[in-house]
Amino acid sequence: MSSVNPAPYDAPETEAARPRDEWPLWEIFIRGQHGLNHRHVGSLHAADAEMAVKNARDVYTRRNEGVSIWAVEARHIAASSPSDKGPFYEPAQSKVYRHPTFFDIPDEAGHM
Amino acid sequence: MYAQMIKSEATKEDPEKLAAFQARIDADDKIEPKDWMPLGYRKTLVRQIGQHAHSEIVGQLPEGNWVTRAPTLERKAILLAKVQDEAGHGLYLYCAAETLGVSRDELTEDLLSGKMKYSSIFNYPTLTWADMGAVGWLVDGAAIMNQVPLQRTSYGPYARAMVRICKEESFHQRQGYDIMMKMANGTSAQKRMAQDALNRFWYPALMMFGPSDKDSVHSEQSMAWKIKMNTNDELRQKFVDQTVPQAEYLGLTVPDPAVKWNDKTKRYDFSEPDWDEFFDVIKGNGPCNTERLAARNRAWDDGAWVRDGFLAHARKKAARRMAAE
Ligand SMILES: [Fe+2]
Ligand SMILES: [Fe+2]
Repeated sequence: MSSVNPAPYDAPETEAARPRDEWPLWEIFIRGQHGLNHRHVGSLHAADAEMAVKNARDVYTRRNEGVSIWAVEARHIAASSPSDKGPFYEPAQSKVYRHPTFFDIPDEAGHM
Repeated sequence: MYAQMIKSEATKEDPEKLAAFQARIDADDKIEPKDWMPLGYRKTLVRQIGQHAHSEIVGQLPEGNWVTRAPTLERKAILLAKVQDEAGHGLYLYCAAETLGVSRDELTEDLLSGKMKYSSIFNYPTLTWADMGAVGWLVDGAAIMNQVPLQRTSYGPYARAMVRICKEESFHQRQGYDIMMKMANGTSAQKRMAQDALNRFWYPALMMFGPSDKDSVHSEQSMAWKIKMNTNDELRQKFVDQTVPQAEYLGLTVPDPAVKWNDKTKRYDFSEPDWDEFFDVIKGNGPCNTERLAARNRAWDDGAWVRDGFLAHARKKAARRMAAE
């Protein structure tokens, strides 16, 4: 990553937000019933990790959406920069042989 | 709607950047928090998403009014779950607004000072249990009409919040209609209450969509940016077309003698709400404006020691952990 921002959100171009005593922002990840990966579902504010998990239960699992919750304080998330969009992912563009459909296998060889 | 009369900001920026941005929107690309965006787009969204969030939060008050007096334990549990959902909707939306660089507390303070608005509908009182039916059926019904297309809005975090919200909304409308069915098929006194609730909520529900298109000055830019997906009149008409047959099914009468199926347009004709009343409510002179804002201010002030206490505790724990390491 050529440029990693310390916070997931850039400060706005408007006047800088005044410093305040707010509960920090947490990003919430939830794993559903069926063994899939944890998935980002949204964010919330909480004073500490314990409260973040409890609030996540109330806000994001009211209808049995999950069986496992991860809470990560937003300022700890490193993110790629949107301006890299093209060049950053460019190495994947030219490697078509990474996809199985690149190879023609004759029908006679059976299912593969 | 939950966001009414959002003034969109003019934008004076590098025309090349603006054109590239508009091209992304026209191609149905999603704009994400760290992407470049015109200042006007950012400001308009903060205003719109913020107002939408405030509406969800203030919208808990008219229904919270009946939680302790619901007619059965089951109705009480259902209403409580519905009101809790609305708190969640407020949270999803505040988080979406925060990705644009405002803080949660700033938004809250702007609501509490009256600087930011919430939907006009929540300034009407809920006088009887039948109002819980009318609110779910009409108010949540009108909200759905607006929120479903917003799932395709150009700003990624807003669109994703809308997807979550829409999943939960249809329960709200159906529980409301279920209350109306029960009342409309009940004793004659209950039926009268249901009719009375419809009478009082009909026009305020129509006002939720905002002023008539000929008087909505800010729509054009917002529609080009895809943060407004339909015009006010389009959605209002759709709402009437959906709701009139539902009222008929209940055996209730929409309080507008002009409501009539129009065979030519294949839509219902109906009367415009009293726009003077609408603007008056927006200005702060509705039946419950003062009460609603006072209730939110009280909750915020009374909760201050809890917020401060948790923060102090978390900081002390963190300091202790640091010292131990
Ligand atoms: Fe809602
Ligand atoms: Fe709702």
